[in-house]
Amino acid sequence: MPIDPKKHEMPTQEASVRARNFNEVALGYTPEVAIEEAKRCLNCKNSPCVSGCPVNVNIPGFISKMKEGDFEAAYAVIRETSTLPAVCGRVCPQETQCESKCTLGIKFEPVGIGRLERFAADYHNGRVSERFNPPDFNGHRVAIVGSGPSGLTCAGDLARHGFKVTVFEALHLAGGVLVYGIPEFRLPKSIVAREVETLKELGVDIETNVVIGRTLTVDELFEMGYEAVFIGSGAGLPNFMNIPGEALKGVYSANEFLTRSNLMKAYLDSPSTPIMKGGSVCVVGGGNVAMDAARTALRLGADKVYIVYRRSMEELPARREEVEHAIEEGVDFRLLNNPVEILGFNNPDDPRDARNGFVSGIRLIKMRLGEPDASGRRSPVPIEGSEYVLDVDTVIMAIGTSPNPLIKSTTEGLEVNRKGGIIVNEEGLTSRENVYAGGDAVTGAATVISAMGAGKRAAKAIIERFLDREPASGDTDK
Amino acid sequence: MFKILRRRELNKTVTQLEILAPLVARKAKPGQFIILRVNEEGERIPLTVAGVDRAEGSVKIIFQIVGATTELLNQKREGDQIPDFVGPLGIPTHTEGIKNVCIVGGGVGCAIALPVAEEFKRLGATVTSIIGFRSKELLILEDEFSACSDRLTVMTDDGSYGRHGNVTVPLKEMLENGERFDLIITIGPLVMMKFVTLTAKPYGVPVTVSMNPIMIDGTGMCGGCRVTLVRDGKRVTKFACVDGPDFNGYEIDFDEAISRGGMYRDFERKAHADTCNLLKKAEE
Repeated sequence: MPIDPKKHEMPTQEASVRARNFNEVALGYTPEVAIEEAKRCLNCKNSPCVSGCPVNVNIPGFISKMKEGDFEAAYAVIRETSTLPAVCGRVCPQETQCESKCTLGIKFEPVGIGRLERFAADYHNGRVSERFNPPDFNGHRVAIVGSGPSGLTCAGDLARHGFKVTVFEALHLAGGVLVYGIPEFRLPKSIVAREVETLKELGVDIETNVVIGRTLTVDELFEMGYEAVFIGSGAGLPNFMNIPGEALKGVYSANEFLTRSNLMKAYLDSPSTPIMKGGSVCVVGGGNVAMDAARTALRLGADKVYIVYRRSMEELPARREEVEHAIEEGVDFRLLNNPVEILGFNNPDDPRDARNGFVSGIRLIKMRLGEPDASGRRSPVPIEGSEYVLDVDTVIMAIGTSPNPLIKSTTEGLEVNRKGGIIVNEEGLTSRENVYAGGDAVTGAATVISAMGAGKRAAKAIIERFLDREPASGDTDK
Repeated sequence: MFKILRRRELNKTVTQLEILAPLVARKAKPGQFIILRVNEEGERIPLTVAGVDRAEGSVKIIFQIVGATTELLNQKREGDQIPDFVGPLGIPTHTEGIKNVCIVGGGVGCAIALPVAEEFKRLGATVTSIIGFRSKELLILEDEFSACSDRLTVMTDDGSYGRHGNVTVPLKEMLENGERFDLIITIGPLVMMKFVTLTAKPYGVPVTVSMNPIMIDGTGMCGGCRVTLVRDGKRVTKFACVDGPDFNGYEIDFDEAISRGGMYRDFERKAHADTCNLLKKAEE
């Protein structure tokens, strides 16, 4: 049978319907389609896909189980290396990772690895409710700062090796960006909750409402008996453009907008936490966070949503599927455009006019791509005289974050780089003994899977540090 | 869960709670704040620490009933629990080297000003306190201020108690009479803090203001609490949760902060009214 040149399509909610609800967009393969898609895998000799995965999932291994229809076995293969398969199947940028290396992809569309991973994880989660028993305690305690992807991954790997792990979370709910940032329609919160439950079954303690750097310091964690600390405190303060009008009412950082909607449930009918809904919304930025903000605004009832990005579609860093979904849902992409100023309403005759101080529009300038800059990307150059105004009520800045200052400012000897990211070696070890770090706290805003990879590397280093190099029991040559 | 140990109504719209939160009590210093949620679906609101009992592990908070969340919090009784109480957040009030301080509090802001005044007293500084309220019924903490102040002036806007007028009147008199404060700390409504700053300016006395903007996470993640400082003619964005809540009064863009504070005013009013109606129905 000849190989189908195209991936099996992912069934989705119809665009016009889903643009008005918060249910998951992608509905997942059926078992039949999953087997057919798995059969597209050539099972080639050197499996380049594995090297494209930050946590090196045995991709041909799990796909060959799927070909046989043994989805449970496929899940077990993924689980050997990945802590959060149901999450990764949904949010990884596969097109730049595993799938970009797929041999089939040279001639045809690559195997839908992400879709298959998601199917295996959902199949397992929908059927099996196994109880994990915590392994025997190995005598070592580790504290994890932050319950996002890097922290949860690190915690999971350590717990499986018998470490007693406590995860400290600043917010009231575990999951980090998976619960405050990524919206329900892309990653249902029940999936995150289930992954967290699995960790708890493994014996991991999760302490919410503890801000490391304030409630407790890293040094106090050592005093409390933890022998190693992993810092996965994630993205920090949102960046703004420093253009006029950013303090107007109706200007949000994407972090705030998404946190209000996701974590604080402003998307529900009668939320306790307010959010600006409806009208016209302009999102500035081209990453996944920008896509999430734009599509959330649409679902909250916006009449019109724009994405303003200063480069072209080719450079747009968001996951391809999210961009396609956003276009289908009617988001208006203003590419090669850049904000110059946010305009506010001001009634000169009535200083008490309730509309005063709220956003009324955004002034944009058109851009063209110039010479490549140091990063190799062609840098955008403003086109003089091309300014125009979009009438909008809300502006959401999704242009990245800077690392959180709380931990570095309260941990002596913890070295950070010029941008404030914690400096680590290839094992994730910081300048402080037994203090490891990973994820956005180190790299600045990046992907879920790269944070998981960092959590995994640090866990491996901690395991080697405390278990492998330890004298065997009974070996008392002191 | 965090247990409410004691509850006291300071006036008809201001309530004081002491909440068992040993980790917060162990660290909290004057000027810092906490974030709490009243129930599992509730919003996160910041409240400044009004005192701690380290031995007991309790934290005192004082709040004014302004919206749905504070209304629900006010319904809680001794022995009740709230699900979330996190802190201490923010940078403590700077006290080093201050020998002669003037504390200017307004309304419920006096609750935040009190631990600051007490801390200066404890450190041996001369403490002058000026506290202002709209009227006598809204007066709170007079005895407590009296105990920690070398000099206390109580003002009411309508003259129903203490001196008639607002807090800038006695402040201006003192400065005019040659009083040399090392620092003025003002905590209260933004408009009041703005005018305290303007009053002090001709005399060159440093002014610290305590900002209490809209906030969600309180840990430097969402950026909702941003305030604009004007420093050497340049506009600089700072975040009250990690860079504050105390700022140099001469640098703050008060008008912008006042405008931003009103972003959800309609929502708050409606939510408060809805909550009150629900509570009324429940009582019936």
